[in-house]
Amino acid sequence: MSLQTKKNALILRAKVMARIRAFFVEQGFLEVETPLRVQTPAMEDHIDAEPSGDHWLRSSPELHMKRMVCAGYEKIFQIGPCFRQGERGARHLPEYTMLEWYWTGVTSEALIGQTCGLLRAVGQGFGNTVFGGVDLAAAPKVYTVRELFQRLAGWDPVGAFDADRFDFDLVEKVEPELAKEKVPVVVKDFPAERAALARMRPEDPGVADRWEMYLGGVELANAYTELTDAAEQRARFELCAEGRKGRGQEIYPLDEPFLSAMAQGMPECAGIALGMDRLLMRLLGTDRIDDVVAFASP
Amino acid sequence: MYSTSDLRKGLKIEIDGQPYVITDFQFVKPGKGQALYRCKMKNIMTGTGLERTYRSTEKIGKPDLMQKDMSYSYPDGEHFVFMDDTTYEQVTVDVDVVGDFKYFLIEEMPCKVLFFNDIPIDLELPIFVEKLIAETEPGARGDTATNVMKPAKIDNGYEIQVPLFINEGDLVRIDTRTGEYTDRVTKK
Repeated sequence: MSLQTKKNALILRAKVMARIRAFFVEQGFLEVETPLRVQTPAMEDHIDAEPSGDHWLRSSPELHMKRMVCAGYEKIFQIGPCFRQGERGARHLPEYTMLEWYWTGVTSEALIGQTCGLLRAVGQGFGNTVFGGVDLAAAPKVYTVRELFQRLAGWDPVGAFDADRFDFDLVEKVEPELAKEKVPVVVKDFPAERAALARMRPEDPGVADRWEMYLGGVELANAYTELTDAAEQRARFELCAEGRKGRGQEIYPLDEPFLSAMAQGMPECAGIALGMDRLLMRLLGTDRIDDVVAFASP
Repeated sequence: MYSTSDLRKGLKIEIDGQPYVITDFQFVKPGKGQALYRCKMKNIMTGTGLERTYRSTEKIGKPDLMQKDMSYSYPDGEHFVFMDDTTYEQVTVDVDVVGDFKYFLIEEMPCKVLFFNDIPIDLELPIFVEKLIAETEPGARGDTATNVMKPAKIDNGYEIQVPLFINEGDLVRIDTRTGEYTDRVTKK
């Protein structure tokens, strides 16, 4: 698609951005900006950061935004680029736009309603809420990872986790079923091994208080009730580093300023990251991410 | 061997000794999980579909495929004989491989034959072939509408749909990819 033929998509993109900013401002959220070049990227099992001189480009704004949460910024949001090495496909760009927000004093449960409210507001702005067969204004269907896997893959990944099997079954058996849903789908309560930076459920420590939203079988957003315990956070980073080492991936130094901010006290909060380009793909009815950005990396 | 970074639509790969062509390809990364490469493919010999998902560390078989420029010579029972344009070597291609192309083959027609482990498995014809109409209802004089069609047979009995103005003895152009009429060849 040429730049000329993308014009309508890019006009819509700008309108959606404006609408989203208005939505958050109306809810009392503060728009913030955090560094693109970081001294250490947030360490995760399968996310590789793009080097930038003696820094890295951020793979997510998470750790800096959480430092702001620790400093008392109760409701913050950010829209900006994130970078991930080697991620390129019809739904992936190595440089893409993330909408990320944090809300102090709530759990991830509150973010389900809020995210649905956001989708509704965006859809209604176009006088239509059904995009590609999915009604953005409809109440979401909420499933636990356990029930989906038991029903569609015949096993329970909670308690007896198998990372490889989990990824394959999610992609081959679970996601194709989610693609049939005509409303937003929330998949929640991931196995502890896929907690990332989410808190465990106090009543069930084998399960992380984390959910993912899918629209038409495509992952749109990832939310946590945030882990606030600095000692556990350090232990998780160290475990993650060990795993990365075992797979021959680069290990990043621990983000000490973040860990120390957390140690001084991080309030209970929930946070979420939403892929803006994916949302625009749905609104525009395209299955190619290249169609929603002016310049897609080759 | 191929690595997952080589995977793309149209790539020909080998699985369990069979050649496949990738018809659909999707890079996926389930939330917080590993990068996976979902492929839909078609067996080049049997046409059977297959779905496979690869991890980024996996290696994928590269088939021993070779495409040769050949000319069609003559039919031989259940086979069709082609001649290599450079070596003049003759090769017999099975009717299963030729399929409906058998209706479009013309002596000395330049074709491309795909070999897998030296066995011919696929055939490519020129996009257009010219054939004489052997049988059809008489055409309505002056009716040049191209959207109303009638059945017609070419010299070897293959049936196509042609516009009303086409008559027996007319030369028509057929698209070999779809097997459909494209236009009338004007005689000079």
